[in-house]
Amino acid sequence: MNIANILARKGSMAVTVQPEQSIREALALLERHNIGALVAVQGDRPVGILSERDIVREAARNESFFARTVGDLMTRDVITGQPPDDLLTVAYTMTERRIRHLPVVDQGRLVGMVSIGDVLKAQRDQYQGEVDTLQTQLLAGEGGQPR
Amino acid sequence: MTPTTGTSARPLRVAIVGAGPTGFYAADHLLRNPEVVVEVDMFDRLPTPYGLVRLGVAPDHQKIKFVTNAFDKVAASLRFRFYGGVEFGKDVTLADLQAHYHQIVYCTGAQTDRRMGIPGEDLTGSHPATEFVAWYNGHPDYRDCAFDLSQESVAVVGVGNVAADVVRILCRTPEELAITDVADYALEALRKSRVREVYLLGRRGPAQAAFTNPEVRELGELADADITAIPQEVELDPLSRAAVERSQDRATLKKVEMLREYARRAPTGKSRRLVLRFLVSPVELISDGAGRVAAMRLVRNELYATSTGALQPRATDRFEELPVGLVFRSVGYRGVPLPGVPFNESWGVILNDKGRVLDPDTKQPIVGEYAAGWIKRGPTGVIGTNKPDAAETVECMFEDLARGAVLEPTRPEAAAAEALVRQRQPNYVSYTDWLKLNEIEVARGRAQGRPRVKLTSVEEMLAALGR
Repeated sequence: MNIANILARKGSMAVTVQPEQSIREALALLERHNIGALVAVQGDRPVGILSERDIVREAARNESFFARTVGDLMTRDVITGQPPDDLLTVAYTMTERRIRHLPVVDQGRLVGMVSIGDVLKAQRDQYQGEVDTLQTQLLAGEGGQPR
Repeated sequence: MTPTTGTSARPLRVAIVGAGPTGFYAADHLLRNPEVVVEVDMFDRLPTPYGLVRLGVAPDHQKIKFVTNAFDKVAASLRFRFYGGVEFGKDVTLADLQAHYHQIVYCTGAQTDRRMGIPGEDLTGSHPATEFVAWYNGHPDYRDCAFDLSQESVAVVGVGNVAADVVRILCRTPEELAITDVADYALEALRKSRVREVYLLGRRGPAQAAFTNPEVRELGELADADITAIPQEVELDPLSRAAVERSQDRATLKKVEMLREYARRAPTGKSRRLVLRFLVSPVELISDGAGRVAAMRLVRNELYATSTGALQPRATDRFEELPVGLVFRSVGYRGVPLPGVPFNESWGVILNDKGRVLDPDTKQPIVGEYAAGWIKRGPTGVIGTNKPDAAETVECMFEDLARGAVLEPTRPEAAAAEALVRQRQPNYVSYTDWLKLNEIEVARGRAQGRPRVKLTSVEEMLAALGR
């Protein structure tokens, strides 16, 4: 299982903003799409990521955080994934480095975003499936013929 | 007042397109709901159910096929009907289904293979592995395929489960195959096989190979084929070693251990040789001058870590040539677009969000259409992985029903759907018919000490049903 398999069943692309946009606009996007992070882009190239955490951190110490820009608060050193990256490695990297949202790029172009929730759900489904299949084989022979 | 949809007065009518594992898992989740009365009609273009369990799972892996016992239990529901031999887009159209059902679920799988995209790929003797698999499994559409088994050297590109199946079938003795349900014509052809050397080619290292440990072990236990590997290729490179140690991935360590042991094995004089190769990619198939594959040019790869730490191959400038007369590629699979159903070209799946089919322009769900299984997420996982996948889709279906977002069919009665099918495809196969075919196959097998002898053409099947 790899990142492409997660993106395949997520109809939506990553929601993007421009670094010049205000935090007020960014919050409106987070609210409208009911998500936790936005990818800041220049053209279709990701240049940063802005998470709800980044906004909360700023809000706690700066009353006028609304007026700041995405570029002020975003994390610039973004770790990105690629469609063929395998989930085991991705899950490890995301948990170890406390990454909740991973923008996915293909040849430098943003093609989607996966969350830690997406990755863990895919892994759970994979393990459930394997357990189910192993149980079926162990029970083979009890009642009936295979086709 | 019209009764609510999903009650015994007005059951929720669902059409499932595709009778593979995902179709049955979806049907099971639908029929199990204690609060909604659902009726399921399952369509398949073939007369037989079970999809890849019958036509993909290797004949020497009979235990995996026992999952069909669970499918038969689903099919035993009085609210389930099977319409075998009825093709979506040909015998019944999307408009037909919209007129007869509240919801439609596409479970059509990943029906085509990815190409290698290299010169010479279409030379005679180069085939998709899936064609070979469908052929030896008795798929009616592939029974007339021909593979030149007079060749002595064969390369199988890819190290996933399909590739492992193909090399096993090529390396098995006629005696090993004769106790399976491999198609009779394939058994005859494989009996005459002159294949001596089989190469399995992986573009990454042993730690990244997709085949599972039980499959790796099986390859080392073939009755008349010696397995071998190249010592340098099965040693872990520093990046892979670090990754495996970091994640404490014991299964991968075990896999690499087995492969290293194969590299140390001395030949025991068996008549065939299976060579596992890693960190190589085909870059060209070379012609014999008459349009046939004579050799394969390979490039050596090295691994590099992407920013998530995943290891991917990168070509070096070292090449080699492998003389082979037959090539099977198994480098990935894609779904095939269905007529009138939005498709996501990037991932080779139906355009969907958690199984809800999306309008390509608005990216909003299309009422009444859903996808599950490989046509929803791409070909990955084992058979059982499709169970939670189908559950997610069915959850969306019930949510949409609760919101009233279902189709409004003009003829939502089981009898009307049956009349339509009968008119379009009078020779359709019901589940009762299939159970008869099954008994015939099993009886034919019993006489030969085999699990079954498959009927491999639609005409044969219909004749067996007295039509």
